Amino acid sequence: MVALTDLTIAEARDGLLAKEFSARELAEAHLTAMEAARGFNAYLKETPERALAGAEAADKRIATGDARALEGVPLAIKDLFCTDGVATTAASRILDGFTPHYESTVTQNLWDAGAVMLGKTNLDEFAMGSSNTTSYFGPVENPWRRDSDNLPLVPGGSSGGSAAAVAAHLCPGATGTDTGGSIRQPASFCGVVGLKPTYGRCSRYGIVAFASSLDQAGPITRTVRDSAILLRHMAGFDPRDSTSVECEVPDYGAALARPLKGLKVGIPKEYRVEGMDPEIDALWQKGIGWLKDAGMEAVDICLPHTSTALPVYYILAPAEASSNLARYDGVRFGHRAENDGELLDMYEATRSEGFGAEVRRRIMIGTYVLSAGYYDAYYLKAQKVRTLISRDFATAFESVDVILTPTAPGAAFAIGEKEDNPISMYLNDVFTVPASLAGLPGISVPAGMDGDGLPLGLQLIAPSFDEETMIAVAAAIEARADFDGSAAAQAGKGA
Amino acid sequence: MTALIQGATGDWEMVIGLEVHAQVTSNAKLFSGAATAFGAEPNTQVSLVDAAMPGMLPVINGVCVEQAVRTGLGLKAEINLVSVFDRKNYFYPDLPQGYQISQFTQPVVGKGEVVLDMEDGTERRVGITRLHLEQDAGKSLHDQDPRATYVDLNRSGVALMEIVSEPDIRSPDEAAAYLNKLRSILRYLGTCDGNMEEGSMRADVNVSVRKPGGALGTRCEIKNVNSIRFVQQAIEVEAARQVELIEGGGAVVQQTRLFDPDKGITRAMRSKEESHDYRYFPDPDLLPLELDIDWVTDIKAGLPELPDDKRARFLADYDLTPYDCSVLVAEREIAEYFEVVALGRDGKQAANWVTGELFGLLNREGRTMADSPVSAEDLGALIDLINDGTVSNRLAKDVFEEMALSGKSALAVVEEKGLKQISNIGVIEAEVNKVIAAAPEQVAQFKSGNENVLGWFIGQIMQATGGKANPGTVNEILRKKLSG
Amino acid sequence: MSLDKATVARIAALARIRVVDDELDGLAQELSNILVWIEQLDAINTEDVPPMSQVADLKLLWREDEVTDGAIPEKVLANAPAAKDGFFTVPKVIE
Repeated sequence: MVALTDLTIAEARDGLLAKEFSARELAEAHLTAMEAARGFNAYLKETPERALAGAEAADKRIATGDARALEGVPLAIKDLFCTDGVATTAASRILDGFTPHYESTVTQNLWDAGAVMLGKTNLDEFAMGSSNTTSYFGPVENPWRRDSDNLPLVPGGSSGGSAAAVAAHLCPGATGTDTGGSIRQPASFCGVVGLKPTYGRCSRYGIVAFASSLDQAGPITRTVRDSAILLRHMAGFDPRDSTSVECEVPDYGAALARPLKGLKVGIPKEYRVEGMDPEIDALWQKGIGWLKDAGMEAVDICLPHTSTALPVYYILAPAEASSNLARYDGVRFGHRAENDGELLDMYEATRSEGFGAEVRRRIMIGTYVLSAGYYDAYYLKAQKVRTLISRDFATAFESVDVILTPTAPGAAFAIGEKEDNPISMYLNDVFTVPASLAGLPGISVPAGMDGDGLPLGLQLIAPSFDEETMIAVAAAIEARADFDGSAAAQAGKGA
Repeated sequence: MTALIQGATGDWEMVIGLEVHAQVTSNAKLFSGAATAFGAEPNTQVSLVDAAMPGMLPVINGVCVEQAVRTGLGLKAEINLVSVFDRKNYFYPDLPQGYQISQFTQPVVGKGEVVLDMEDGTERRVGITRLHLEQDAGKSLHDQDPRATYVDLNRSGVALMEIVSEPDIRSPDEAAAYLNKLRSILRYLGTCDGNMEEGSMRADVNVSVRKPGGALGTRCEIKNVNSIRFVQQAIEVEAARQVELIEGGGAVVQQTRLFDPDKGITRAMRSKEESHDYRYFPDPDLLPLELDIDWVTDIKAGLPELPDDKRARFLADYDLTPYDCSVLVAEREIAEYFEVVALGRDGKQAANWVTGELFGLLNREGRTMADSPVSAEDLGALIDLINDGTVSNRLAKDVFEEMALSGKSALAVVEEKGLKQISNIGVIEAEVNKVIAAAPEQVAQFKSGNENVLGWFIGQIMQATGGKANPGTVNEILRKKLSG
Repeated sequence: MSLDKATVARIAALARIRVVDDELDGLAQELSNILVWIEQLDAINTEDVPPMSQVADLKLLWREDEVTDGAIPEKVLANAPAAKDGFFTVPKVIE
C-alpha cells in the first residue's frame, strides 16, 4: 500500500472517490509529515484545523456523491496569497500580525473545487529572490543534499517553501508565484514540476503584488498531469483584475496525450551561455533526443536579445515593486515601529525595520530608475528592450511550436553561497526571465541529476495561451526522463 | 480687463492659471465599487481596494470615463482616443497606496477653451490645457488630537477631473468669472455638482507677476482653495506679496503655498525638494484607455445646450440685455424655468419676474430652483393676469407671495383675496369724485401748478380701493377731473 | 552609473527607508554595481521601438457605475496598528 503522502493529486483524487481512504486520513497523514519535517522550514504556518474541517466536509460530499473536482485534495499555499482569516506574511516582518479578511481569487477557486489547505509555505521576502534565503522567518532547506557533502542546500526561490514541501512529500501539490522564474527555478532545484501560465491566465487579485506586469500564480506538483489538474482550477478570468484575460480555460489534462508528431521544438542558441555547466548542456541534448523520439523535429532558433533579459528585468521589476511596496507604511496594517517622533520618523523606522536587505535594495534600485532624470535612460529603455525580447519569441514561434531550454544554469547551491554579490544571485534566473518578460507560459520538468545527485530541470516555453502544447511536450519529457524523486521523499520522512 | 498692481517701480501684471479638481458625479468610485456620497461616517465608504490592502487591484468605472469625455466636449476640447493611467508616487497617510493613479503624459482630454462673460460686457477667452482623470485622496484631520492625525479614507479613490487652464487669467475678477463659468458648464453637463463648500470643486491657483510686456515671472502655487471668494483674495495677497518681494530686491522662489483666510495671507507649505519627484510611470495594473470614436460622437450628440449657446440664443430670441442673459443661463434650471415663463410672453417682463421676485423668494427661503414653491407655469399665468389687467403689477407681488405660501394658482389667489383690479370707469370716477370733494386744499395746489400732489391723490384713491384700482385709469380720470 | 552617498541618501528618503550613515557607503557600492551591470542596455538600439505598454493583448475592462462595495469599516480597520472612533490614527502631520 502506497503511503498516503506518496500519492500524486490524480492518485489521491481517484483514491478518495474509490473510498480507498478518507479525506481526513489523507489530511492527517500530511499534517503528521509536516510536523516531523519542520526542520526544512518549508511551512511558515500549518493550518491543521482548517485542513481537518475541510477534510471532514469533503468526506461528507464524497459520501453523498457530491464530490467536486479536487474534493479533499490537500494543498499548500505560498504565503503570498491572501487567505481569509489566516495570517499572511509574504515572509516579511512588515506584515507582522496581518490577517486578511478576504481571499485571493486563485485560492478561492481551489477551495470552490473542494481542495483543502494544509498551511502557508515559506518564500523569499515579497517574492524577491532565487534561494528562499531572504525570508524573515529563515531559509528553507532543500530536501535534496549533495552526494559529496552534507551541506544544507537552497530550494531555489522565491517559491522555495512550496517546491521543498512538494518534493519532500509534505503536500501533493502547492501554489507558487512566478515573476522572473520563482516557480520554475525552485521546481528545477527540488526535482518537481513547476508551471508558470501565460500572463493574464490566472487572476492576481489577492496576491501580494511584487511586479505587476510579471507576477503570475501557478502550480508546483510532482507530475505534469497534476500541474494540468491544478492549473485548470487556478486559471480563469476575474473581473476584479484588469490584466486578467477573458479566455476559456481548456481541460489541460486532455492535452497530456496529444500526439507530438510533426511538432517542432526550437533550440535557442543564445541559451548556450559562455562557461555553461557541461552537465546542463548534456541534459539539454538528452532532452532534444527525447523529443525527437516522441516524433518532434528539433529546429535551431535565434532569440537575439536573450542576454538583455536580466538587466531589463532588474530595472522593471524593482521599479514596479518600489511602487507596489509603498503601501507598506505602518498606517493601516502590519508592523508599525515604536516611535515618539512624527510621521516621517514612523514611516522610515517602520519600513527599515519591516523590510529585509534584499527588499530594501530592490526598492532603492526601483526608486532610482524611476526618479527624475533617469526614467528615460532606465525604465523607458527597458520597456523598449522588452518589446524586442517579446518580438524575438513571436518570430521564433512562427517556425516552432515550443521552445526547449535548461531551467537553471546549475543545480541547487549551499545556503549561504552567493550571498556576497546580489548579481550572482540574479544570474540564477537567466533562463527563466525572458519568458516572464514576454508574458509567455513556461514549465520546468525534472529531467535528470547532476554528478552530485542533485536534480536538474528542463524548461519548455510556449506561445501565449498554448499551455496545452506545453503540457503535452512536458509529459513526453517526463515519461522519458523517468526522474526518481524518492531521495527527497525519504528526506521528508526523516528530517 | 487686466488689473494692474501699482508697485513702487511701476505697474505689474498678474499672470494666473487655475487647476481645478472637480469631483466626478458618479455613484461609485473611479477604480472601486465603494460609494461616493458626501458626509458618511468615517471609513464606511471604503473598499479593500481603496484601503490599499495587499493584493488589491483597480478596475475602472466606465461612467467616470464618460463624464470626463462629456466635460471635455463641453469645454470644446480635443478628446484623446488613447490615454494612459500613470502612478504618481508619494507618501501621505491619506494616500493608502503610496501613489495616486492619475494621468501624466497622455491625458484623456487635450486643449479646449472657456469663454468668460465679464461684468462690463466684454468677452475673454481662457484656454484649457488639458483635463485628466485621477483618484482623490482620503482626508487627514489634524485637529482632533494634539499628538495624532486622524485619517478617513471615504474620499480615497473618488474620481476627480483635473482641469488645467492656460495662464491666460489676468485678475482676481477674471479668475472668479472663470470658476463661475466652469462650474456652470459642469453643472449643465451633470458631470460635477461644483459644490465648493462640500469640496466637490477645489482650485489650485498659480500666480506670478511681471511687468506688462515682460517675461513671465516665477510662479507660486496656492493649493486647495475652496471658495471663489478665497481664490480672489488669495490672488490679491499673493500677487502683492510677490511684487513687494521683487521690489524689495528679493526673488520669488517657486513653491507651494496655502491661503489662510483668517489672516489674509499665503504661507509656504513645509516642502522638501524631493517631494516633487513623483516618479511617474504607467500603472501596470491597468491598460491604456482606448475610446471608440463612435461612442465619443454619440456623447457629443447627446450634450445639452450649453451656457454660451443658450446665452446667444436668448440674446437673439428675447428682448434682453447681455447681462440679463448671463444671469438667466448661469444655471440650467434657471434657464429652463425662464423659458417656460417666457413662452408666448414678453421676454423682458418674464426675466424681470424671474430675477426679481422669484430669486428674492428663493434666497429668503434658502431654496433652489429645483424646489421653487411657484412653478414656471403658475408664474407665467400670473404675468398673464397682469397683462390682461386682472391684477395690478403692484398687487401681483402680493399675489406671488401668497402663491408661494399656499401653492395655489394666481387666479385662485386673486379671487380668494378679492384682489381683482378695478378698471370699471364708473367705479373709479365715483372714488375720484369722493377724494376730490374731500380735499379742496390739494385740488387748489394742483391747479396752482403742483404736479406732485397728483401722487397724493393717487395714493388716497389706492387706499380707498384697497390698492385695486387700475393706476392707469385712475391717473387718466384724475387728470381730467382736476384739470376740468 | 556610480552612486555617491548623497544620491543614496536622497533615494532612501524618497522611499521612506532609513539608512544610517555608516551603511551609506556599502549600500552605494552595492547599488552602483547593480546599476553598472544594468547599463549594458545602453548598447542596444531601440530607435523606433515602442515601449511595451501592456503584456496581455487586451482592452481595458470597464465596470458598471454601481455601489457594490464599501460599508465594511470593521474589515477596513481590523488590522490597523492604531485607530480611534472609526479613524486610522498616525503621528501628527505638520503641514
